[in-house]
Amino acid sequence: MPSSEPRPSQGMTVGRQGDGPALEVRNLVKHFPLTKGIVFKRTVGQIQAVDDVSFELYPGETLGLVGESGSGKSTVARTLLRLHEPTSGEAIFQGQDLFKLSASDMRAARRDIQMIFQDPYSSLNPRMTVGDIVAEPWRIHTGILPRNEQRGRVSELLELVGLNPDHINRFPHQFSGGQRQRIGVARALAVNPSVIIADEPVSALDVSVQAQVVNLLEDIQEEFGIAFLFIAHDLSVVRHIADRVAVMYLGRMIEVGTEEQIYERPVHPYTQALLSAAPIADPKRRAESERILLEGDLPSPADPPSGCRFRTRCWLFNQMRDEDEATGGNRTEKCITDDPRLEDGGFDHPSACHYPQERHIIASAEVDRVAAVRPDDSKMVVRDDREIEDAVKKEEDAQIEAAEAKHVEALESRKAKTIDET
Amino acid sequence: MSTTAVPSKLAATEIAGHPLDPDSPLLDVEDLRVEFRMPTGTVVANDRVNYTLNQGETLAILGESGSGKSVSAQAVMGIIDTPPGHITDGSIRYRGLDLLTMPENDRRHVRGNHISIIFQDALSALNPVFTVGFQIAEMLRVHRGTSKKDARARAAELMDRVKIPSARERLDAYPHEFSGGMRQRVMIAMALALDPAILIADEPTTALDVTVQAQVMDLLAELQADTGMGLILITHDLGVVAEVADRVAVMYAGRIVETGDITDVYHRPTHPYTIGLMESLPQLDIKGGRLRPIPGSPPDLTMRPSGCAFHPRCRYAQQVCVDDDPPLRLPHPSMANDDRESACHFSEEIVDAQQ
Ligand SMILES: Nc1ncnc2c1ncn2[C@@H]1O[C@H](COP(=O)(O)OP(=O)(O)OP(=O)(O)O)[C@@H](O)[C@H]1O
Ligand SMILES: Nc1ncnc2c1ncn2[C@@H]1O[C@H](COP(=O)(O)OP(=O)(O)OP(=O)(O)O)[C@@H](O)[C@H]1O
Ligand code: SF4
Ligand code: SF4
Ligand SMILES: [Mg+2]
Ligand SMILES: [Mg+2]
Repeated sequence: MPSSEPRPSQGMTVGRQGDGPALEVRNLVKHFPLTKGIVFKRTVGQIQAVDDVSFELYPGETLGLVGESGSGKSTVARTLLRLHEPTSGEAIFQGQDLFKLSASDMRAARRDIQMIFQDPYSSLNPRMTVGDIVAEPWRIHTGILPRNEQRGRVSELLELVGLNPDHINRFPHQFSGGQRQRIGVARALAVNPSVIIADEPVSALDVSVQAQVVNLLEDIQEEFGIAFLFIAHDLSVVRHIADRVAVMYLGRMIEVGTEEQIYERPVHPYTQALLSAAPIADPKRRAESERILLEGDLPSPADPPSGCRFRTRCWLFNQMRDEDEATGGNRTEKCITDDPRLEDGGFDHPSACHYPQERHIIASAEVDRVAAVRPDDSKMVVRDDREIEDAVKKEEDAQIEAAEAKHVEALESRKAKTIDET
Repeated sequence: MSTTAVPSKLAATEIAGHPLDPDSPLLDVEDLRVEFRMPTGTVVANDRVNYTLNQGETLAILGESGSGKSVSAQAVMGIIDTPPGHITDGSIRYRGLDLLTMPENDRRHVRGNHISIIFQDALSALNPVFTVGFQIAEMLRVHRGTSKKDARARAAELMDRVKIPSARERLDAYPHEFSGGMRQRVMIAMALALDPAILIADEPTTALDVTVQAQVMDLLAELQADTGMGLILITHDLGVVAEVADRVAVMYAGRIVETGDITDVYHRPTHPYTIGLMESLPQLDIKGGRLRPIPGSPPDLTMRPSGCAFHPRCRYAQQVCVDDDPPLRLPHPSMANDDRESACHFSEEIVDAQQ
C-alpha cells in the first residue's frame, strides 16, 4: 500500500520524492475553438478548458482530481491520452513527451496508460462478448500474449475482478452497472499498465456497489503498483482512495496537497468552499458545520475573469473588499489584475491565491461511526463469507440468465413483428 | 410576501367538497402496493409501503436505484403510468382524505395545487419553447385564473423568492439559458406557485455540483421553514439525508425496511441493509480504513428473492428469512418510545449485539 503519511513538500512537488514521477505534466493547455454559424463556421473565441496545468503522478500512488462540473477534469484525462490533441504543454512518460509521439508510438504508450470511464454502459461495445472485450487490448497491442493463451488469461482476469469466468461469452447488457465496471477494470489490467486514469469510475454506481469497486481498485493498485489518476466529484470517495488531491477550478489547478493537507488544512478559498458544501453523513454534525455558500455559477471558460479566475465567486475577495471599504485598503486590486500561480504561499503545500490562509473546515470525526453500528459477530449467528458469496453468485447468475431470456424474447418478438409487417 | 400571495394550502378545509381533517397527518401512506404488469411478468414496485408526513417535517426516502422510491412518489401524485402500472392495495390519505378513492376529476385539484413535485431533470420537465416567466405565469392562470399581468408579476416574485438573480429581467429567458442549478430553482418556483402543503423532491440535486446542491438544499429548507409545508426528499445520497431530514424511510426492493428519526437510524441502524449502507460509505471527515461493501447488487424487481428480499446479500440470514417476508415492526423493546420500525426477523438480536 502507498503510505498516507504526510510527506515533506518542496514547492510544487508533494509526491514521493525518491522514485521520480511515473507521469509528469507540464503547462498543459487545451483550448477548444468556440465556433458560430452552421454552414460557415467561424471561430469566435477559445474555450479554455484546461489552462496551464502542471502536476506529477508518482508510481503506485493515487492522485485524486476534484472540481466542479466543467472545471476541466475530463479534458486533462482525455488530452493526456491524446483523445484530444493538446494546445501546448508536455507530458513526460518514461522519458518521452507523449505529445510529441507519432501515432504508432502513442498507441504503444497507451498500453501502459489505461483508462476507465464513468459510464460502463457506453464504454463497452454492446456487440462484443465479455471475453472479446477483455482480450481486445491484445488485438491492438499484438505480441503480448499468444492467441492460445488468451482465453485462459481472460478467465483469470475475470476471476481477479470478481466476475464469474463462466460468463466469458455473455454480452455487457446482461450485467449490472457494478459488474460492467469490473469488466472495464479487467480490460485495463489485461496489458499490465503502470498508470490508470479513471474518470468518475464509481459515480454512476449505488453506494453498496460503489464500495466494492473502490475496494477492487485499491486491491489491484496494491498488487500491481499501479499509479491512479482518479477523477471524481464525490469528495468523500476521493478522501478515501487518494494519497494526494488536486483541486481544479475553471481550467486551472488551484491547490495540490496530500489528502490530509487538502481536507484538514486547505488554504485556497475555493477548496474551503467546496469542502464546506460537501455533506457529512452524520446528522449529529449538522449544526457544527459552518457553510461557505458560493454565489452564482462557474463563469464561461471562453471568457474567464481577469486576474484570479475565482474572484467573481470568492468569498474572501468579498470579505476583503468590504473590510477595505471601511479602512481604505485595496487588497482586492491584486485579485483583479494579477493571475495567481500555483505556488508555495508559505504553507506546507502550494495554492493559487494571493491571500492563502489555513482554515479548518471539516473537524475530524471523533468516533468511528462504522464500528459503532456493526453488531458484535460473536453475539450473532453469522453466515460465513463463502456461503454469502455463493448465494450472491447464484442470484447474479439467475439475473444474467433472465437478462439473456428477456433479450432472446425481445429479438423473437421483433422478428415476429417484421414478418407480420411484410 | 406580497399582496398577490394566497394563503397556504395548509389553511384549506376542503377540496372540491371533500372535507379535510386538520388533526390528521398531512400525508398518511398505508400498505401501498403498486404493480407493473409487463409482458415478461408482474413487477411489484411498491409493497406494503407505509409512512406519514407531518406539517413542517422533512421525510427522506432513501434507497438504491430501482428500489421503488420514484414509484411511491408517483403514486402520491397520481401520475403512475397506467397501464402497465396499477395501485392494487393500500391508501394514501391527505389530511384524512383518501386520494385513491377520490374521483379523478376532483383529484386534479390536489395535484400541483396541494401536493407538488420537482424532478431530478429540470431541463426535460420544462418546455424548451416557452420562456420560464411564461411557464410560471401559465400555472397561475390555469389553476387560479390570475390575470396575465398579475401572473407575470407573481412569476417575478416567485423567481426572486427562489433567489434567481435579477429575476425580473430573466422572466423572458428560455430554460436553456439557465445553468442546471438555476433551472432547478425555476422548477422549485413553479412547484411553489400554488402554495402547496406538501412538496415532493425526487432527487432534486443529483445532477448538480456539491456547491450548487448546498444552495438548493438550503433554499428548500428555508422555504419550508417559511411556509410550514411538509417535504418529502427522495434520494440515494446518505450525506444529503443526514444534513436535512427529520425522519428517514429506507427502501429496498420495493419495501420500506427501516424508518425512524434521522439520528436514531444513522446511529443505531437496526436493519442489516441499513447497517450495510453505513459500512459501505466513505467518510468526509476521516480517512477511514477499508470499506465493507454489501456483496452482490440490488435485485431486479422482476426477480425479487423470496422471503426477505435482502437474504442473498445478508450476513445474518437464516432459513426463516428465505421463507417469510418479515413485517415492519418495532425493532427492539428498548425502542418502544422512539417511533421507529424495522423489517428484519432478527432486529432484537442485532440491537443486543451492537457495542
Ligand atoms: N470536445 C469539446 N469541445 C468543446 N468544448 C469542450 C469539449 N470537451 C469539453 N469542453 C468544454 O471544456 C470545459 C471542461 O470540460 P470537462 O468535460 O473537462 O469538465 P469536467 O471537469 O470533466 O466536468 P464534469 O464534472 O461535468 O465531467 C467545459 O466548459 C466543456 O464544455
Ligand atoms: N413505467 C414503468 N413501467 C414498468 N416498470 C416500471 C415503471 N416505473 C417503474 N417501474 C419498475 O419499478 C421499479 C422501481 O422504480 P423506481 O423508479 O421507483 O425506482 P427508484 O427507487 O426511483 O430508482 P432510481 O434511484 O433509479 O430513480 C423499477 O425497477 C421498475 O422495475
Ligand atoms: S486571489 Fe483573491 S480572488 Fe483569488 S482566491 Fe485568492 S483571495 Fe480569492
Ligand atoms: S430478515 Fe433475515 S435476511 Fe432479512 S435482513 Fe433480517 S436477517 Fe437479513
Ligand atoms: Mg468529466
Ligand atoms: Mg427514481
